[in-house]
Amino acid sequence: MAAEQKMTYETWPASPEKQTLEAKNKFLGFWFFLGGETVLFASLFATYLALKDKVPSSDMALAKDLFEIPLAFMMTMLLLTSSLTSVYAMYHMKNFNFKKMQLWLGITVLLGLGFLGLEIYEFNHYVHEFHHSFTSSAFGSAFYTLVGFHGGHVAFGLLWITTLMIRNSKRGLSLYNAPKFYVASLYWHFIDVVWVFIFTVVYLMGMVG
Amino acid sequence: MANQQPNSGNPRVDIEYRRKKSAEEMKHQVITFAMMIFLTIVAFVAAGYEGFSAWFIVPFILILAVVQVIFQLYYFMHMSHKGHEAPALFLYSGALVGFITIIAFLTVIWW
Repeated sequence: MAAEQKMTYETWPASPEKQTLEAKNKFLGFWFFLGGETVLFASLFATYLALKDKVPSSDMALAKDLFEIPLAFMMTMLLLTSSLTSVYAMYHMKNFNFKKMQLWLGITVLLGLGFLGLEIYEFNHYVHEFHHSFTSSAFGSAFYTLVGFHGGHVAFGLLWITTLMIRNSKRGLSLYNAPKFYVASLYWHFIDVVWVFIFTVVYLMGMVG
Repeated sequence: MANQQPNSGNPRVDIEYRRKKSAEEMKHQVITFAMMIFLTIVAFVAAGYEGFSAWFIVPFILILAVVQVIFQLYYFMHMSHKGHEAPALFLYSGALVGFITIIAFLTVIWW
């Protein structure tokens, strides 16, 4: 099937994300990238765990002084829900319903923006209330590198999805752009996978001690 | 599974069948989501509860995280579907290297 072929509801295949050779390569290549991302984040987690609470003087804030349950919980709920909304978007993509896919992608972007807003508030709060900054201690460097890298991924994912939505807004679905949407949604889920470990290892384990 | 091409010879029937299949799958996704929310709440409650020691809470919430990630990978990212052998190989190789890295960093600070 040619990628540019005009599709209809009847001719839309069951796995539009893997119909063309380019799509198959994209799918495989993206999962290879996610394997690499796993190693990248694992290294940042390892660094964080090794440097957690390593501060130069005893009056500086430690993990248990910084983190609060309500904020971490809110952020988790926003990101987890955005994962479900992007599943909805891919459900409509498979049913060749372009408008509904765009709608759910839009909701995903809004939830992601909410998450990013809370993270900016959080970092600002730590810097100004606790003098916990990137350069204040090894703990600070490791914390902002790990959580900030994740936040950077969220920001990149938002730009990516928004760009796809705008670029294809007048084109509708085709076998050329369906894999692009699919891969972007995989990336978004992966961000959530990383966050599950961040809220567990950084926030919850930080509060426990 | 929903990702197989049906072949009854009648495209209309096939579409109806596929729609039903993916609606069914979507229902499973929502159940998965509900369970993930539930596990998250359990983890937050366990971490906030004073009565447990850290020796119980830490392994407990780590296991909850692993279960949640398996849900995310196999249901939301469709790794349970056919044709995901290579993705599984890539991801598990990454996870293995990552795990060794974490073990190395945790043991190097022991003294």
